[in-house]
Amino acid sequence: MSETAEATTPTLSLFEQLGGAAAVDAAVDIFYRKVLEDYRINRYFSGVDMEQQAAKQKSFLTMAFGGPNNYSGQDMRNAHARLVKMGLDDSHFDAVMENLTATLQELNVPENLIAQVDALAETTRSDVLGK
Amino acid sequence: MPHITLGETQITCPDGEVLLDSLLKAKLHIPYSCRQGLCQACMLRSLDVTPPAAAQIGLKDTLQRQNYFLACRCHPEQDMHIALPDQHGAAVTAVVINKQWLAADILRLIVQADSALSFYAGQFINLQRTDGLTRSYSIANLPAPDHTLEFHIRRLPQGQFSTWAHDELEVGDTLTLSHAQGSCHYLSGNPAQPLLLIGTGSGLAPLYGIINDALNQGHSGDIHLFHGSRDPDGLYLVDELHNLTATFANFHYTPCLSSADNNLGYRQGRAHDLALTNQKSLKGWRVYLCGHPEMVRESQRMAYLKGASLRDIYADAFVVGGGQMP
Ligand SMILES: Cc1cc2nc3c(=O)[nH]c(=O)nc-3n(C[C@H](O)[C@H](O)[C@H](O)COP(=O)(O)OP(=O)(O)OC[C@H]3O[C@@H](n4cnc5c(N)ncnc54)[C@H](O)[C@@H]3O)c2cc1C
Ligand code: HEM
Repeated sequence: MSETAEATTPTLSLFEQLGGAAAVDAAVDIFYRKVLEDYRINRYFSGVDMEQQAAKQKSFLTMAFGGPNNYSGQDMRNAHARLVKMGLDDSHFDAVMENLTATLQELNVPENLIAQVDALAETTRSDVLGK
Repeated sequence: MPHITLGETQITCPDGEVLLDSLLKAKLHIPYSCRQGLCQACMLRSLDVTPPAAAQIGLKDTLQRQNYFLACRCHPEQDMHIALPDQHGAAVTAVVINKQWLAADILRLIVQADSALSFYAGQFINLQRTDGLTRSYSIANLPAPDHTLEFHIRRLPQGQFSTWAHDELEVGDTLTLSHAQGSCHYLSGNPAQPLLLIGTGSGLAPLYGIINDALNQGHSGDIHLFHGSRDPDGLYLVDELHNLTATFANFHYTPCLSSADNNLGYRQGRAHDLALTNQKSLKGWRVYLCGHPEMVRESQRMAYLKGASLRDIYADAFVVGGGQMP
């Protein structure tokens, strides 16, 4: 009976409002394809192993959706340090944000939730860019 | 409270507690990481009942059908027998009943298992020699009442297992088989979905199984097979496959040769280039890729960018050890 109790909890988190892990699954297909097709940033994602890369995009989306994750700011710095050395800057960050927003629009996510996702992702900017 | 049995151990899982926690409390060694249904490290398999749907979210549908589930998302609803993904069921012994060469370097090995083995054509099995040497080979046939299994083993120069299988393994010898693994197999339930299958060398083995499975189950969508090899010797079952195209209007077969000397009427080029370059969109397709690891990786990416969804791309890279013992 505990499930019912959970489901009726009045305040749903952003992650839950978006649809949780299932929403991440739906979004990753669209988002990762956009990223690989985006000439501004795809060179950063040209890792050989697609399944692994796709798994990392899932981590990214889970985090951006306000879902459960164990990444600290320092982890974000470490994960992207190699890319910062390759020249990662605000323009690339903006491009990722653009793809993220477009993905959510394609999935018909309500604008107010998209705004919350964008705001959340924005908070990682300085760590991702190693500033 | 449902009783959960893992090997010799039985535990109970209290209402409201996830199975992973119950298993860890019982000091069972279950790999886990995120505890959020994402990393899939805690994947287990139910050996009897269908697991709760919530515990299968995010798993590929082939894994779902095989009753794999995530322990961290599982509130058991009934008693279950479970196993870790790589240790369910005891190993099976099989006797070699036939050896036949489909091409100079390709051995068709038929073995008969001593008991029924549940598998889908296209999955792979680890074959073990009596001294323990183990290699993975894909299943090229459908489950048969006499428990026979068909493998296509390509001879690799100085390859330990493949050379032995070609030269020394004899009819009547025994091998130990693991359970069937992998999600590269046909899925019923979407008979009109177009299928694209690309294989190089003995990568045809699983594809041959998948195609026969699909046709056998009355698949109505188009099925396109591209089989590639560097030289004509590596193309095999050519007549059989041409015959299939004569019987099934929805089956299309393109043998491809990547070497220059090609006056045998095969398409010129690498199989995955020929299959993917002129394909406008793969949206809604299911794609199977088997064989050379680099071909598999490149094709995965190309197929995905052409619109195939990540979960509709099934790949078995025939990763070769390169001298390291398993
Ligand atoms: C999921 C999966 C499915 C597969 N399905 C099939 C299938 O259906 N059919 C098939 O034919 N194969 C398949 N394979 C490949 C198969 O498992 C073996 O890897 C393959 O047969 C080679 O095994 P081997 O023992 O003959 O060669 P190995 O002894 O493992 O050697 C492999 C190659 O490395 C070379 N080598 C060995 N030692 C060294 C060294 N020290 N330094 C440098 N090079 C070395 C050898 O000359 C040889 O060419 C599959 C693999 C996987 C992962
Ligand atoms: C919007 C803010 C961003 C967040 C929240 C974010 C989050 C993440 C996360 C969680 C990972 C996985 C780390 C791991 O587990 O290894 C990751 C990896 C990665 N990110 Fe980001 N990221 C962001 C922006 C960017 C940008 C702007 C780029 C490049 C244009 C980028 C490129 C990558 C790449 C290539 C990886 C894989 C790293 C590797 O495999 O070494 N990310 N990111």
